[in-house]
Amino acid sequence: MTNTPRSRRLASRLLGSQEGIVFVLAATAFVVFALALPGFATPGNLVSLVRSVSVLGILALGMAIVVIGRGIDVAMIATMVVSVSWAFVIARTGYPLAEALVIGGAFALVAGILIGALIAYGDVPPIFATLAAGSIIYGLGRTFFFTLEMQNVPPGNDWFDFIGKSRVLGVPVTVIAFAVLCALAHFALTSTRFGWQTYAMGSNPNTARTTGVPMRAMVIAHYALSALVAYVAGLILASSASAINARLYNSTMIYDILLVIVLGGIGLNGGAGRIRNVVLGTIFVGILLNGMTILDVPFTIQNLVKGVVLLLAIVFDSLVNPRDEQTSQQGDL
Amino acid sequence: MKLGQLALAAATALAMAVGLTGASAQDKGLENPRSAAFHSGLEGKKVVFLPLSMGFDLTEGWAARMRNQAKRLNYDFQIRDPAWSTDAGTRALQSLISEKPDLIVAHNPDIQSYARLLAQAQAAGIKVVQINLESNTQTDSYVGADWTEIGEQAALAVVDKCGAGKGKSTKVAIDTGVPTAASDVFQLDGIYRVLKKHPEIQVVSQQATEYNAEKARSIMETVLQQHPDLCAGIGIWDNQDTGTASAIKAAGKSDQVFLVTSGGGNRVGCENVTNGNFSLYISYNVPLQGDLLNQEIARLLLSKSKAGETKTMYFNPLTLITKDNVNQRNCWTLDDIK
Repeated sequence: MTNTPRSRRLASRLLGSQEGIVFVLAATAFVVFALALPGFATPGNLVSLVRSVSVLGILALGMAIVVIGRGIDVAMIATMVVSVSWAFVIARTGYPLAEALVIGGAFALVAGILIGALIAYGDVPPIFATLAAGSIIYGLGRTFFFTLEMQNVPPGNDWFDFIGKSRVLGVPVTVIAFAVLCALAHFALTSTRFGWQTYAMGSNPNTARTTGVPMRAMVIAHYALSALVAYVAGLILASSASAINARLYNSTMIYDILLVIVLGGIGLNGGAGRIRNVVLGTIFVGILLNGMTILDVPFTIQNLVKGVVLLLAIVFDSLVNPRDEQTSQQGDL
Repeated sequence: MKLGQLALAAATALAMAVGLTGASAQDKGLENPRSAAFHSGLEGKKVVFLPLSMGFDLTEGWAARMRNQAKRLNYDFQIRDPAWSTDAGTRALQSLISEKPDLIVAHNPDIQSYARLLAQAQAAGIKVVQINLESNTQTDSYVGADWTEIGEQAALAVVDKCGAGKGKSTKVAIDTGVPTAASDVFQLDGIYRVLKKHPEIQVVSQQATEYNAEKARSIMETVLQQHPDLCAGIGIWDNQDTGTASAIKAAGKSDQVFLVTSGGGNRVGCENVTNGNFSLYISYNVPLQGDLLNQEIARLLLSKSKAGETKTMYFNPLTLITKDNVNQRNCWTLDDIK
């Protein structure tokens, strides 16, 4: 009896925010799958569950920082595939892979800085700027850097397998990379000036500007960061699948990243959300995908489930974080 | 009678005389009227290739072959690249119908999307060759793999390895591409035709990878978690199945899981046979398909019959590549055939 108020308070806290609801949904899905599918809750499967979404999670980290600062970067996939593919092409012409990878990283960085400058100095709404930048980057890559979309990891570089294929103490390096990047991003957002200013820009850009936040430099930093994160994710992806395919640019991957962000409870209005939201969204998507693969659910139904879940999350996002004159902005999603 | 004989002799003499002059003319060869007609019949014609997308081994290989022939025979060869967008491909096809080239080489994203437009193109007098992926409409010609046969071959190989008492289990996983493409629907039919006769084979997973290697990898990783005793995998395309293979390798089960896949016979696919990633690689031989395509293009451009009047097709032979016959002859690179 004495427990009732406390549990009621807990229930209202859980169901009062989107994060709480997704947490409850994820926990429910986990329990249901664990009970219904014999092979689901085994350590091996749980590791492969997290591993299968950690590249998505890493991309979502980059996206989260941009979104919290009231932007959006839909050019991430283009940056990822073009920079990594180009690095592989350079390596195949005779350069050592390590040098080629530095060049690929530099390309990603420059692309991110240019996108940021376009938004910061050109005042172009982020959604349009990055949408256009994505097709420019992809077009440049396909026209000048490589003919074939599919680039295998150049042979003779076994060390490159380490980041995508090996395990440390039984945990895949991919998962460790995701964890480390989560910790770094969490530290940057909560304990540095960069993080505080990012939240300030996101919750109220005008106030942030008048209180002295270097808006333009910050915007450029956000997009440079998301481009670099995309590059790292691309390297892990290429290492684990032994190849990178530029066609990912045409896939639904960018929407999957937004699915993770929105599901996790990072409002697209900016200024709100933490890294734990990214982790929550990533794990929830992972549970759904893994469970549906084990159940052998047909492709079209999987897409249907993903679409319905995203729609529900967005509807809930707009109910929990209602738009008003103060929070809406031009080019807002 | 005598008169007749005389006439005959005169005729013979005349014939010999003509023959002699003829012989002296033969020193400089004979003009072959058919050669001239062949070249003039093709010159200035316009051929347009509408691939799924440029930028991968199959379409780049065919395009290289077709471009070579166009250059040799002086006709115009163009590519409209819809970059994997069925929408953009449909629009390209619509504008081609009003542009009226002499021939369209179409590579169908699925069996429905272009079907009606291809019929319209033929009605507008444009000849249509379909390459490797069919639509529901049969056109002037189809050149390419018989996907049913590929499915049967893959399934037969799997039955051979995983039939009752042969492998670690009788479990098989199938990785498909896009559920509506000809390569999927016909190949699955071929696979299940064979498996119906072998009810002991158990299909434990059938998932679409959208031709994405990373997705194929994570699906196979999950399947191996559920079925550590998996005996075989059937993949639908070598480009995606590098991912399937790397999941099998990561699980340390390369010796246990027999992986069959198919593709154009590019060196990259063959490398995966050499290093043990693919157990069996069914190649539909892109350079050969390119040559067959060229032959069909020339035949149709020269033919007097109207578009859509006679419909032919040719399913080209397949090469089953294993570690024993992975060699220069069976594998190609783009530079080789350019």
